[in-house]
Amino acid sequence: MGKRIVLGAVAILLVIAAAYASFYVAPEERTMGPIQRIFYFHVGSAWAGLLAFFVCFIGNLMYVWKREPKYDWLGVAGAEVGLVFTTVVLITGPIWAHPVWGIWWTWDARLTSTFVLWLLYVSYLLLRTLIEEPGRRALLSALFGIFAFIDVPLVFGAIRWWRTQHPSPVIMGGPGSGLDPTMRKVLFFSGLAMCVLMAFLIVERYALEKMRSEVEILKREAEAQ
Amino acid sequence: MKNLNSVFAAYLIGWAVFFLFYVSIAKRTSDLRAEVERLKNSLPCAK
Repeated sequence: MGKRIVLGAVAILLVIAAAYASFYVAPEERTMGPIQRIFYFHVGSAWAGLLAFFVCFIGNLMYVWKREPKYDWLGVAGAEVGLVFTTVVLITGPIWAHPVWGIWWTWDARLTSTFVLWLLYVSYLLLRTLIEEPGRRALLSALFGIFAFIDVPLVFGAIRWWRTQHPSPVIMGGPGSGLDPTMRKVLFFSGLAMCVLMAFLIVERYALEKMRSEVEILKREAEAQ
Repeated sequence: MKNLNSVFAAYLIGWAVFFLFYVSIAKRTSDLRAEVERLKNSLPCAK
């Protein structure tokens, strides 16, 4: 419990520091102006969300291999936290897009693949509510989670493989891409802050799922008596 | 400054989503703790 409180405190401090850096340290972008400052929060949340889905994927793979409940708990924790971060990405993106593009949303490859990713993990969580038997629920959702993760490389590659309305990558984007050195530092710091927040939320959500599993065992014992 | 309100809105909505998610975890944990206590009291061997 003590370590979880420390992790939570560190996550909050880092997120506050990242917001300060986004507003006061990063230089203003010449063409977009202040609205571009959403970039640090939007991209940091996207990185943390994709990483959370990767944690879910590892949990799903390990469950299929080992059939141990702890991997199912990790899977559901990663999926739910990843979904929260992707929700933030899908909210902050249109707020940034509207003054810059003149539209809130367009069905280009990056935006559509991200929305499909969000729908896939909503389906993953819905699937879990439809199956009562714990072993069957864990196995089927793990198999679905492995399938859902196929969309993650598509989200990553969408702005690299296809021409999109969404801006081209500024990190790992190849020749001609890049970012002002201070902007780059602030971006990486924001990404780190969001990943620490993601780790804290996964730890908390994992503990909740573990407790839920214990309650299910106690309920079965109570019903058997 | 132009569009600064939108920037603040994006950050505030994002933080609100994270905060509400954390509150939902805390609420669900608290409900489960209460249920564990109730179940333990109903099971004679677990007392």
